[in-house]
Amino acid sequence: MLEVRDIHSYYGGSHILHGVIMDLKEGELVCLLGRNGVGKSTTLKSIMGIVQPKQGSIRFNDKELIGSAPYQVARLGIGYVPEDRRIFRSLTVHENLLMGIKGRNKDNTGKNSWSIEQVYDLFPNLGKRRNNKGAHLSGGEQQMLTVSRTLMGNPRIILVDEPTEGLAPLVAKDVLDMLATVRKSGVTVLMVEQNFKLAVKVADRFYVMTKGQIVFEGDREALLAAEDVRKKYLEV
Amino acid sequence: MEILIFFLHGLGYAGLLFLVSAGLTLIFGMMNILNFAHAAMYMLGAYLSYSIMNHFTGQLWISLLICPVALFIIGALVQRFLLRPVHKLGHVHELLMTFGLAYIITELVQWYWGNYPLAVNVDGVLNSTVHVIGLTYPVYRIFIFLCAIVVGTLMALILYKTRLGIIIRAAVNDSEMVNALGVNVPLVFTGVFAFGTALSGFAGVIAAPLLSVFPGMAHEILIDAFVVIVVGGFGSLGGAVVASLIIGLLQSFGVLLIPQLSMALAYLLMVIVLIIKPSGLFGEESL
Repeated sequence: MLEVRDIHSYYGGSHILHGVIMDLKEGELVCLLGRNGVGKSTTLKSIMGIVQPKQGSIRFNDKELIGSAPYQVARLGIGYVPEDRRIFRSLTVHENLLMGIKGRNKDNTGKNSWSIEQVYDLFPNLGKRRNNKGAHLSGGEQQMLTVSRTLMGNPRIILVDEPTEGLAPLVAKDVLDMLATVRKSGVTVLMVEQNFKLAVKVADRFYVMTKGQIVFEGDREALLAAEDVRKKYLEV
Repeated sequence: MEILIFFLHGLGYAGLLFLVSAGLTLIFGMMNILNFAHAAMYMLGAYLSYSIMNHFTGQLWISLLICPVALFIIGALVQRFLLRPVHKLGHVHELLMTFGLAYIITELVQWYWGNYPLAVNVDGVLNSTVHVIGLTYPVYRIFIFLCAIVVGTLMALILYKTRLGIIIRAAVNDSEMVNALGVNVPLVFTGVFAFGTALSGFAGVIAAPLLSVFPGMAHEILIDAFVVIVVGGFGSLGGAVVASLIIGLLQSFGVLLIPQLSMALAYLLMVIVLIIKPSGLFGEESL
C-alpha cells in the first residue's frame, strides 16, 4: 500500500537519504531500525511531506505523494506521530484529540474509524485527565495522547517516530502494546525505533538503515539470525 | 480626583494598545513573524478613516465597518504574495520584508495624505462628555475602552470556544504538527495575518479622533505594542490584555508621578520581566 522508491532527501545543505527503498503492506507492523542520525526520522518526514525529497517516488495506493503538503498527505490517510511527542502543551487532552479530528480522512469512516470515547475507553488514563493541559501529563501519557490524536484522523497508516524514547521500561512496554492494539484494529504501522530488544517483540518485519540507505530487510527470524547486521548496525 | 482622571486615561490608552497588540501577538505567536508593518496598517486604517469621514460621510461607524474589511484584504494579499514566498528563507527575511513594507506604506501615506497632522472629528454622543462623581470626562475615551472589551471578549470566545480557536492555539504551540494532522496551515496563517491586520486597522480608526492622524503615529504605537507582547508572552491573548493594562496605566501614572522617567517606565518593566521570566508573564515556559 506504500511504496518508497529510491528517495533522496536533504536537510539544510546535507544529503541525508541516499536512495531509500521500502514497502509497506496493509495490516503490517514494520519497524525501521538503526543508530542515531542515519536518516530514520528523515525517512518518515519525507513520506509525510515535511521534508521534500529531491528525487525518487513515494506512492500510497498508487498515488504519488512527493510534492504534496503535509496536510494533504494526512488527509489521504497517513498519520504522523512525531519524535519528542509534541502534544499541544497549552491545550487540554480533549482539545488535543479534537485537533486530530480536524484533518480526518473522509474516505475512511468505515471499519477503522475512531472516536474520542473509544480512545477514552481504551486508555482510561487519558479519559480521567481529559480536562488537564497537555503540559501536565507524564511522558507515557503524552505518548499515548500523541498516538491517539493521530488516530482521530482515521489513518490507514501511522508513521511513529521513536515512541519509547525517554520512557521508563514499563511505560515503554505499554506504549508498544498500544501500537500492537492499534495494528489489530486494522491500521498499518511503520515505527522508527532505537531499542531493538523492545521492537523485536512487536514488529512483523524490519528494515535496518545506515548512512541514508536500507541495508537489511527481513522478518523477526531473519533479523535474529543475522548476527552480523545486528553487531554492525544496531548494537552499541 | 486627579488620580481617577489619570486612571481613565490609562484605560483608554490600554484599550488602544490591546487592539493593536492582540493581532500582533497572534501573528508573532503562530508564524514567528515580528511584523514591523503591523503599526503601519494601523496608520493606514486611521488615514482611510480620515478620508471616509471627511470626504464621504461623517459617520464613524461606517469607517469602523469599511476600514477593517479593506485592511483584511490587504493583510491577506501581503501574507499570500509577499510573506509566504520568503517563508522558507527564514525569519530574518520575513522580518526584513515587513520592515520594508512599513517604510513603503509610510512613504505612500505621506505622498497621498501629506506630512501634517489631520484632525478627525466625531459628532453626537461620542463627542460629548459624561459626569462621573463630580468629574467631567470625554465619552470617546470610555468608548475606546469599551471597544477593546468587546473585541477582546469576541476573540476569547473564538479562541477558547470554537474549533478554529483550537487550531489557532495549537498552531501557536506547534504549527508543523498541526499541518501534519491534516489542517491547511498556510490558509490558517493567511487568515490570522489578515485578521490581525484588520484588527490593527480597526484600532487605527478608533485612534484617529483621539490622537489625530499623522505619519509618525505608527512608530509611536509600534514600540509600545512590542513591549506589550514581550511582557504579556508571545501568542497569549490573556497576556496581551494584562500587559496592555499595565503599560497603559504605567504611561498614564508615569506622567503624573515621575514625569522625567515616564517614557522609560515601559522599557524598564520589559527589562525586568525579561530578566525574571523571559517568556513573558503568560508565555509558555518552553519558549
